[in-house]
Amino acid sequence: MPRFSSEKDLESYRHKVAAGRAPDRRAVAVCAGTGCKAFGSAKLLPVFEAELAKASLKGKIELRATGCHGFCERGPLVLIFPAGRLYTKVKPEDVPEIVREDLAGGRVVERLLYRDPVSGKAYEKEEDIPFYMHQQRLVLKNNGLLDPASLDDYLALGGYRALAKAFAMGPEKVLEEVKKSGLRGRGGAGFWTGRKWEICRAAPGPDKVIICNADEGDPGAFMDRSVIEGNPHSVLEGMLIGAFAIGASTGCVYIRQEYPLAVERLGRAVAAAREAGLLGENILGSGFAFDLRIYRGGGAFVCGEESAMIASIEGRRGVPRRRPPYPAQSGLWGRPTNINNVETWANVPWIIDRGADWYRAIGTEKSTGTKIFSLVGKVNNTGLVEVPMGISLRQIVFDIGGGIPGGKKFKAVQTGGPSGGCLPASKLDIPVDFDTLVREGAMMGSGGMIVMDESTCMVDVARYFLNFLKFESCGNCTSCRDGLYQLHRLFTDIAEGRGSEHTLELVEELARTVKATSLCALGSTAVNPVESTLKYFREEILAHVRDRRCPAKVCKALITYTINDKCNGCTLCAKRCPQQAITGTVKKLHVIDQKKCIKCGICLDVCKQDAVWVE
Amino acid sequence: MAIRIFIDEQEVKAEPGESVLMVARRAGFDIPALCYHEAVESIGACRLCLVEVRSGARPGISTSCNMKAEDGLRISTDSPEIRRDRATNLELLLLRAPGSPVLRELAARWGVRPRLQPPPDAGIANCILCELCVRVCAALGHNALAAVGRGEKKRVGPAFGKPAEGCVGCGACLSVCPTRCIVMKDTPAARTIWGQSFEFHRCQVCGQPVITEKHRAFAIAKRGLPEDYYDVCEPCKQSQASQRFASVVW
Ligand SMILES: Cc1cc2nc3c(=O)[nH]c(=O)nc-3n(C[C@H](O)[C@H](O)[C@H](O)COP(=O)(O)O)c2cc1C
Ligand code: FES
Repeated sequence: MPRFSSEKDLESYRHKVAAGRAPDRRAVAVCAGTGCKAFGSAKLLPVFEAELAKASLKGKIELRATGCHGFCERGPLVLIFPAGRLYTKVKPEDVPEIVREDLAGGRVVERLLYRDPVSGKAYEKEEDIPFYMHQQRLVLKNNGLLDPASLDDYLALGGYRALAKAFAMGPEKVLEEVKKSGLRGRGGAGFWTGRKWEICRAAPGPDKVIICNADEGDPGAFMDRSVIEGNPHSVLEGMLIGAFAIGASTGCVYIRQEYPLAVERLGRAVAAAREAGLLGENILGSGFAFDLRIYRGGGAFVCGEESAMIASIEGRRGVPRRRPPYPAQSGLWGRPTNINNVETWANVPWIIDRGADWYRAIGTEKSTGTKIFSLVGKVNNTGLVEVPMGISLRQIVFDIGGGIPGGKKFKAVQTGGPSGGCLPASKLDIPVDFDTLVREGAMMGSGGMIVMDESTCMVDVARYFLNFLKFESCGNCTSCRDGLYQLHRLFTDIAEGRGSEHTLELVEELARTVKATSLCALGSTAVNPVESTLKYFREEILAHVRDRRCPAKVCKALITYTINDKCNGCTLCAKRCPQQAITGTVKKLHVIDQKKCIKCGICLDVCKQDAVWVE
Repeated sequence: MAIRIFIDEQEVKAEPGESVLMVARRAGFDIPALCYHEAVESIGACRLCLVEVRSGARPGISTSCNMKAEDGLRISTDSPEIRRDRATNLELLLLRAPGSPVLRELAARWGVRPRLQPPPDAGIANCILCELCVRVCAALGHNALAAVGRGEKKRVGPAFGKPAEGCVGCGACLSVCPTRCIVMKDTPAARTIWGQSFEFHRCQVCGQPVITEKHRAFAIAKRGLPEDYYDVCEPCKQSQASQRFASVVW
């Protein structure tokens, strides 16, 4: 890798790399994201290598390990270029067939194609699969196309062109462009990124710092991880452009320890950028100097909060402090500091490269661009989805997610991570943008999206999130620490049949104070799951407290299992009951001893006669 | 350069950056506060010193101990919301420290009666986890105490749960503890605190304990005091001085 000392250097090298890569060249891309790796995708590469050699295709077909494609659930994924054909759940024993049939013979291996779980229809091309078809991929666009370990790959796709352009524009123009783009922070509150940069730029103090927030503490979220794993240079380029606009010479990436692959790939990207002169002194001959360090966090949720993160980087206990002063006034090591989320940074090169007007055209007026969601729960297609802002929840859940499995009914979608809110079916048509979600009692958060079906109990859901949040509360302030503890306890009372309408009054009173007086946003947003549940699913909660009934049949204390006369006396349930609570002889009606029953549900699962009844 | 802030519509002078709580108290406003001490940095733990900000870009309820005075700031110290939230936070604290006279007095004054179940004990009965002890201990240079754990499992005490090397038995932690929950026992021979025993250095005149031996060694080394500085207790020093004075005069 040469060291670029000017934009001209960079461009001539890019030409050289691109010239060797005809757009229609043949390639096999094996996903090496964490999800596919967990399914064993790493084992595919050596087999492909051997099989390609055997078929004398070595050198004619490029073999590539790429970042996450977002459809992890169907992994390991293999993409065949230039056709764009997607094979799912590929095992090492499938590889010879792919090489023989597809690569050598030009025949599609039907059995490995994605099949729609509902219609059964098989799809050949990745882009035609409903999961992908309704997405608009920008930040994730190049994830499947490049090898994250290769700076050449990134350069061939236009990488660091935006940086060179930014240097030519000068910091003020870059700042204006980002402001004009309407970009808002993807990490939580949706603050205007350009405005934030401007405040930090204007703050007195020569030694400014920028931080990339890669703590990603929401359970089940993995968009930031996938961006870093799949396209680490895009984050670096965004940070470089931001640092230039703000006038910062130091950068930090705060990334959680539990992301070893992301840490490794980012570390490699940083080393490669340094070697190429894209980090360090006098970058591309612009006179601008910038370098960054990677800090690994211990995985505390609260350390994603900016002031706690700063404390953690400084080597103190990760506890938030009151803002103001904001990081832009006094942040890391007392210096003016600008913090943005991974996805926010990764949007920046697009804005500078294509221009604010192009970017603004995506999304809505006040929420521009795309947003990556991690779509999980009771939905047919789970994974990472990147959609234009303003798309409806229904499109995400039904068109992209393929609806609810098992013919069950949709009940709620929880957006915004643990401190987001649960929206009911009546809100399925609202546009997904920062302000609408907040108005409806949920939030964008960093992009968690959990789909729930009719078998989900909303008391149970609220209790689950409260449990997470009380556990993750730093414990510093009374309202958050003890308020959440008590809220969780009250919801446990409701779930276990000890609740009354007085319990609900206490819940509402506590929630108000926790929201109004907690020191940081962990506490003040922690009541969202409670408040949205009270707002949209009040009847269900009342059923718990008034009638001691759990309509979704989830809360164990409020349900009973009985066996009805459909029982043909097969004895299966009695054999499998871990409590020996079921009695009955062969071909006779069985009975559950309610005193012994622990409501584990095994009898319900094993009964073939549909004779176990839950009430 | 003095600035002006407005507390309940009354103009009050302050230094920029001063704690709003301190400014308000100096001007005679009664704002309850448990985790505040002007000698150490505020962490806003107890959530009782609530006021309502009525100026600037972010109006609303906030704690005053860790709010810095800025020119033109307008706050009010009382409103139905403030009273409601203070009462709820007090209730939460009272569940942790039912035996604290200060909390009980506030509860009686505000008509607060706990309706909830107490959280698990923080290891020390009546501790409200405000960390004043930790902060004061650090400010004095001992660093014998720390906060550990998250959520309702948070604890304060000697770091790693073992008797702390830095502890000199000075008792400053207890002197600032709002609920007086730290257990310190003095006998004529020694002081016991945080699981350690400290022998007293005694007054050579009256024999009363003056300071723990370990604290004496720390203070002499740190502050460069003469070796015999703690050999006579303050009362005896005073009576010695007045005797000397008398012998000179008469
Ligand atoms: C409890 C808590 C956890 C947070 N966790 C994250 C996180 O994991 N990742 C993140 O980017 N922002 C997180 N944030 C938001 C950050 O404090 C900050 O607003 C954000 O990183 C700013 O970047 P942005 O403007 O690009 O969104 C969290 C905030 C709170 C209160
Ligand atoms: S005195 Fe301000 S929060 Fe305790």
